This record gives sequence, structure tokens and C-alpha cells, in this order.
Amino acid sequence: MVKKEKGKSAEEAYAYTPGMKVKRAVVVRKTRRLPILGEVLVKKGDELGFDTIVAKTDIPGEPNVVRIDEILGVLSEDVPVYMVKKVGDKVEKDEIIAKSSSMFGLIKKNVASPFAGIIESVSDSSGQVVIRAPPIPVELKAYVRGTVAEVIPKEGVIIETNAAFIQGICGISGERYGKIRVAIGTPEDVLTAETISPDDKGKILIGGSLVTYDAIEKALQVGAIGVVAGGIEGNCLSKFIGYEMGVAITGEEEVGLTLIITEGFGKMRMSSRTFSLLKEFDGHEAAINGATQIRAGVLRPEIIIPHKLVLSKSEEELSRGMVPGTPVRIIGDPYFGKIGTVSSLPVQLKKVETGSDVRVVDVKLEDGEIVTVPRANVEIIEE
Amino acid sequence: MWKTDEKTQAQAKRLESEMEYILASDVGSTTTKARLFRKINNEWRYVLSGEAPTTVEAPYENVCMGVQNAVREIEELTDLQILSENGGMIIPHSGGRGVDFYCTTSSAGGGLQMLVAGVIKSMTAESANRAALGAGAIVMDAIAVDDGRPDYQKIERIRNLRPDMILLAGGTDGGTIQLVMQIAELIAASAPKARLGADYALPLVYAGNKNARPAIKKLMEKEFALSIVENIRPVLEMENTEPARMAIHELFMEHVMSHAPGYSQLMKWANIDILPTPAGEGMAMQLIAKVEKCNVLGVGLGGATTNVYSIFDERFVRSVSANLGMSYSICNVLKEAGIKNIMRWIPFEADENQIINVMRNKMIRPTTIPQTLRLLLVEHAVARESLRLGLGHHKTIATRLKGAVTEHRMIGEMLSYSLLSTYIDMMKIKIIVGTGGLLSHAPNRAQSMLIMTDAWQPEGVTKVYQDSVFMMPHLGVLSMAYPDAAWSVFDKDCLVRVGTVIAPKGVAVQGEKVADIVIKTQDSTLFEKEVVFGDITVVPLPERAKATATINPVKHFDMGAGEGKTVEATIEGGVVGVVIDTRGRPIGLPEDDKERRSTLMRWFNSMSAYPKEMALGGSG
Repeated sequence: MVKKEKGKSAEEAYAYTPGMKVKRAVVVRKTRRLPILGEVLVKKGDELGFDTIVAKTDIPGEPNVVRIDEILGVLSEDVPVYMVKKVGDKVEKDEIIAKSSSMFGLIKKNVASPFAGIIESVSDSSGQVVIRAPPIPVELKAYVRGTVAEVIPKEGVIIETNAAFIQGICGISGERYGKIRVAIGTPEDVLTAETISPDDKGKILIGGSLVTYDAIEKALQVGAIGVVAGGIEGNCLSKFIGYEMGVAITGEEEVGLTLIITEGFGKMRMSSRTFSLLKEFDGHEAAINGATQIRAGVLRPEIIIPHKLVLSKSEEELSRGMVPGTPVRIIGDPYFGKIGTVSSLPVQLKKVETGSDVRVVDVKLEDGEIVTVPRANVEIIEE
Repeated sequence: MWKTDEKTQAQAKRLESEMEYILASDVGSTTTKARLFRKINNEWRYVLSGEAPTTVEAPYENVCMGVQNAVREIEELTDLQILSENGGMIIPHSGGRGVDFYCTTSSAGGGLQMLVAGVIKSMTAESANRAALGAGAIVMDAIAVDDGRPDYQKIERIRNLRPDMILLAGGTDGGTIQLVMQIAELIAASAPKARLGADYALPLVYAGNKNARPAIKKLMEKEFALSIVENIRPVLEMENTEPARMAIHELFMEHVMSHAPGYSQLMKWANIDILPTPAGEGMAMQLIAKVEKCNVLGVGLGGATTNVYSIFDERFVRSVSANLGMSYSICNVLKEAGIKNIMRWIPFEADENQIINVMRNKMIRPTTIPQTLRLLLVEHAVARESLRLGLGHHKTIATRLKGAVTEHRMIGEMLSYSLLSTYIDMMKIKIIVGTGGLLSHAPNRAQSMLIMTDAWQPEGVTKVYQDSVFMMPHLGVLSMAYPDAAWSVFDKDCLVRVGTVIAPKGVAVQGEKVADIVIKTQDSTLFEKEVVFGDITVVPLPERAKATATINPVKHFDMGAGEGKTVEATIEGGVVGVVIDTRGRPIGLPEDDKERRSTLMRWFNSMSAYPKEMALGGSG
């Protein structure tokens, strides 16, 4: 086998390096699904608000186990004989479900149900009875303002909305909605407690390069529903959530507000495009979700701002990858945060400072300088 | 393990002698790595690699795209067209196009995630745990009747987990079925849902008391994809994990892989079943132990997990520390090891918070690679801690069978037996092997040798091997179909003989005599010196060259024959050479920060591990 003298064209040498989306107008489609089958309450074409309930269901209650054989002191295979309630019966808490008598009726033992529910099973193998607690009703909200594009029978809906769409890199806590308030002047500025006032109740506060711990505390105190900033110190995040984050799987935190970091950990200037877009929509209502899952089904935090100022012509397309001219952001030192365009995608490996031979990309920075960085250390800016 | 489809089977079983090209891939959690092998002068050799980001996740949600991209990289660098016009593989090779065989491993989307359950935590649940791990799974939790949690907590846990599969064991054959049924009913009542969708039955392997089979069938058959196999502990004195392991692999293909995005297509491309990456890696580790006839300790240090494998006195055990890794899980290493333990391996002045931020940024952008020396050194520091913790975890799995006592034992013996810990003895480990992105792609082999030596602290005489470009999983899966081809590539192109570590066990003060060492080849004396405490000395000896080492330790140092006893051993060279490590066991670092950094630099320089002129300035 002979190595090719020249590589294939740059178009063929593209790489899939998905970037964070920062889009002014795109058709966002949100699938809202119940955890188990249930009832869909809306129909195709319905206009929905952020908190419209679109579907509901009842989740089976917790199963609770009662060891009848142990309590009565009988063999497990004899348990069915001692039951006074049968499978399918509804029982109240403290209601007798099994009883035994011995010594000609002198010794009597009763088993009172420690839970309310329905007898689901009586086992002669293990001697235990399972009592299922009453079902728990669950309602599913729209989360974004938009139109029902599709109904998934018994499961949920797909909602479509024309919106500005911004992805962050890491977030905390789940879905909320409120009005955007840009609390600082430039993307370099730090969001401090002083920039937050009682008027910010229900707002999503936009910071610049960093949000301080005091600012988060103040935001909570005034009742803001979200904070979005370029960076946060790692120890400040731990203090806020109350533990060290081991893997970036978030969204379930009950911390009172949703936090979204757009660039990374440490003081990091918010990208100009993200900042200017948020500034353009200052005062607009937006849905935010801090849920992040970097492994197994990449989920990044998001800000969805439904609007009709500019309409997207089509649904978002799948990014085709890097080619010369693609706008990119460098996401590794020594050029972390710099913006540029792909100048070339050399096929051959190149040595970097560490001594490793890696696949690289040449990036033309905004000031015209061309730098070589590992391909793994750039992300496409999806405009 | 051959695919059952007759046509494919015929194609797959082509005679090796008729074949010229083999393509193997590993669909990793971050990167899809394709490797091309070719028969050259009647010998199978590795040709080159292609790599691309894995596309299991949104927005692509089709692993085949990542495989195509990785293969396209190979096509770019060769004249060989492998992908057909419709994007599939051209098989067999004909008219200068295509490959003769394609196989793959996969750990994308979190690999195989399992819940195991048994009756007694230290017996059947532990055996089930070992069986699941041996099959390449990540064990999310091990539920047992006596695990200390009340039933409602167990139920809550089972309901919240979304495993790919459940392995249920419990009871010895012929014993009472009551306890195993208790745990089975708990699982059935919890109605756990499969991770990759609620629309299919969750696979469940039952490997417990055979008397409970009818009751298990009645209870589980409807709601689970049930597979009943031989008991994992038919009697207390015996562990029989193989039937459970095989059932796990079958269900992995039938029920799990087929629901992962793009896998049904990938399964059609592959000539044999897809194997979980760690299972492929484990096969490769076992191959080394089999050929070299000695105890082997290996590691696959990945982005999300650290897999440790041991073959000790012919017993194979795998442990997976699902929470320790170099990218996705890097902050778990921080959490478990603590920043101080990571900082101790960093040879430059740095602020703790700055290092924490570096690690957090790696966690949220896991596919980035270090471009500066400083970042590389931070990652290497984390790797040492991940390996150290991984081995600690492995030792809790690699234990003698608990509960297996004979009637001849006295009460006192029984007590001491139940307290026996791991059988892993570093002095008896003769080979340590490293694979995974960070170790295989370290810019200099001396770096990975030092990382493994610092972390695992081998004792006596230990050979160090490394996976050249990360292809052990590929060769593991290939060995299922073509073992000779796999071994040929393994021996010649995959296993890098890095060198041999000579490490007397003991402690002394800096500069005190540790041993007299003589290293001779047939033609000359390479080394003849008194070695002192606290140093590393490298004696060059090329790969595959052999020498005789005579080590005469002072009275409180041990080389495996007892304190102060002379040991003579045949040692093997490597790309780094023979490393005489007299830093003692355990390795200690000075308390004073400046002294610590200068000690680290001295060790690094002795190994020529990093550029000597590194100023370690610049951005962090």
C-alpha cells in the first residue's frame, strides 16, 4: 500500500466537531414526552404558553413489601392461607391484611398494613406481600411558547416555535421561564451582587465573564429565576450546589434558580455573539434549562427566546463539519476563547508543544494571525 | 460468537490464508478508532489508523457516521477504498477495493450498564458482580438481601436506575428459594425500565438456585427478556461465571445494541458480533498472560472509566471504576483523590483553584487534548491518581471466594478466612500493561511508564508493556475469529515492550544503600553498581533484548525472595530500557513544596520523560 503523495481535497477531510449553537432565528422543535403512557390534552395547531399543561398521567405508586412469614412466624408457602386480603384488594394503613391463630386460638397474631394501597402480590415462595401505593398524578408543561406541530398519541407533543436559540456549556437545575435582563454593560464585566436589585424578581440575569457567589446569593434572595454568565469559579459552583460535581450530569438540582455557563470554568469573557444576541432580546420572555449531560446523549443547557422579529426559513440543519472558512472558537490553551476561521485542514499529523503528533487545523484569528491547534480543540460556531 | 445468519457466517469464516485486509474498530464513548491490518509477506501487520468523534449522540445519533469518518481517514491516507457508494463496507477485498473482514467493539453511549442482584452481598451478589464486570459491563449497583438498605430504599434505587440489563443470582443449587425469590419479587415490583427506551423488555439473566427457576419464570417471563443459565454459585466453594457472562454477551447484542442509535446498521456491517470494549480489552490481557505464562495486571484508562484487569494464578478478574476517567469523569478523580493528591504530582508552582478549573473545563469539553506541557502534566498527575484508585478498587473485587469454607476448618480459621483481602501481590505480578488514549498517546513512552510505576508501584522485577496506538480491544474481538492473525499483530505492532522495572521493596533515607545490582548480557556488563535510596536509574537495553540481573538487596529490602536475599532474574529490554527504581515502597514525596517539585523534576529527568528545557511557564 502506498501513501498518497497528496491528500484528498479539504472538503473530504472534514471533521465532525459540533459546536454550541448561537442562533438568532431558528425553528426550535421540542419533544415533550410523559415518562409513561397517559393522556394528551392539546391538539395539533394549538397555541401554547410556557406553562400550558400538554399531557398528564398517573405514575404507579411505590411498591412496599411486607414480610408476612416473618411477622406471623409461618412458612412462606403457607402465607396465602393466612391472608385476609387478596390480590387486587384495596387496603388502608393499619388495616389487617393477614392473621393467624394457634394453641386453640389462644395465641393470635395480626398483620396490619403499614401502608395504604392495593395488594399487588402474595408470594408463597418468599412469604412476602407487595402493596402498591396509590398512583401519583404527573402533569407535563409545554416549557416553550409555541404551536403544537405534532401529537404523539398517549405520549406527548412536539412543539414548534420560531426562536433565538443559545446553548451553554454547563448548567445547573431544570426548566424555568422568565424575562431576560442584561445586568452588565459588556461581555467582559463581572456579574456582582451590586448589579442585582429587587426588581429582578422572576428575571433571567445576564452576566459577562464571571458570576460571583454573592451575585448568585443575591439573585436567589430577590427571586430571580435564572443566571447566565460566561464563567464561574469551580469552588463557587461547589458552594452553590453544596457538593463537588464529579461528572457533568445536571438538571435535577433543587437550588432555587437555573444557572447557565456559556464558556467554561474560571473568568471567561462571554462570546460576543452570545452577548449581543442576549442584549438584542433584553426584556423578552425566554425558557431556560440548565440540564447538562455530556456523556450518553449530549445535552447542553439552553436558552430559548420565542420571537417573530425574524423568521427562520427552515428547520435547523445538521452541521456538516469544518471546511476552510468555517467560523470556529478555540477551546484549549494557549488560545482558549479566541475566534477565527478555518484556514486549512492539513491531512498529515503535526507535532504540538507537548511532543504529540496530532491532527491539526490552521485557524486564522480575528487579528489575521494564523495559529495551529489540535482539531480536537476547536468548536464550530453555528450561526 | 459467529453471527448466525448463514450467508454472513460463510463470508466471515473465510480462510485466513485467502485474506489480505482486516478492518477493526472501536466505537468509544468519545472517539471511534478504526485500525487497518494487512497481510505482508504472509504475516499480519498493523498498517494505520483513522479516528473520528463518535456520533452516538445528538444531533447525529448514528454510530455509523463516526465509523465512516474514521474509515474515511484511512482511505485518505491509503489507496484503498473501503466504503461503498452507499456508505457500507466493501467486503471482501476484490479488485483493489474493500477489506476481507470487519469487526468492532463498542462502549459508546455509556457501554453496557448493568444492575446485579444476589442474596448475600459478600457471596452471590459479589459473584454476580464479578461475572458482570468480566462480561465488560459497568455495574450501576449491587442489590442484596443483606446490603444494609431497607426494602423501600432498594426499590427506589431499582426504579431510578435505567440499566441495560439485570443479572440476578442467589442461593446454591438445591437450597431454599425463599431469599432469592424475595429479591426477585423486589425487582419485579420495581418494574425497572431499560435505558435505551421504555418500549422493549429489559433483559434479565437469572443465574441462581436452579430450584427457583420455575418460580422465576412465572414471575419474570412476562415483563422481562428472561434468560436462565447455570447457577453462578452452584455450591459455595465454586464460582461459575462463564454461562452468565455468555448470556450477557448474547443479550447485549440482541436487546441492547439493537436499540442503540445506528447499531442495527453497524451489526450488519460487522462479520462477527459486536463486543463491549472492555470485553475485547480483557481478551487481549488474557492473551498476554497465556502466552507469557505469568501473572499480569493491566489497565484501560479511558475518558469515562478506568478498567483494571488481573490474571493472577490463572484467574481472570476485571474491575471497572465507572466514575474514574480522564475526561467525562475527571472531576470524580478530583473528588475521590482530593486536590492535594493530584497536586503532589505536579512539578510546577500552581494555584489549586487554577488546576481545579483546568479539570472542570476538561470535564465539560471532554474531547479536547492538551496542547501545552503544563496541561499535559496536569493530565498525567490525574492519571496517576486514577490508576491508584482504580487498583484499590480492583483489589476489593479480586478476592478469594467468601463463604467457601470446608468442614475441616476450625472456627479460628473460618474467621481469618472471611477476613482475607485481595490476593493481588505486586511482588508476584510479572507484567503490567497499559492501554487507553492517555497512555497509548503519551508523547513519550517514558511518561506512561513513569505514570504506571508511580501509580501502581510494582515490586521486584516487573515488565511494562503498552498498547502502541490503542488497538487492544480491536485485537481482542479479532482473536475470536482469527486468533493467529490477532496474535501476529499483537506481538509485532501492538505490544510495545517499554522496559523492565527493578524495584526493591522497603524504606530507607535518601542516599542510603539499597542494593548491589549487576546487569549483564551475553557479551558485556551493562551495569554494575551500588544503588542508593530515592533515585531512578535507567539502563538502556533495547526492545526484545535480554539480560541477566543479579540484585543483592541490603537486609531490610526485598526483591521477592525475602529481605536481604539475592535474586537473579532474566530481564527484557524495551524502548525505555531497564528502570532501577530505588524510591522504596510506598513511594514518598517530600513535604516541602519546593523540595517536592525538585524531586519530581529529578525523577522526570532521570527517565528523560519530558523535555529538560521545559520552563513550565506559559498559560495553565
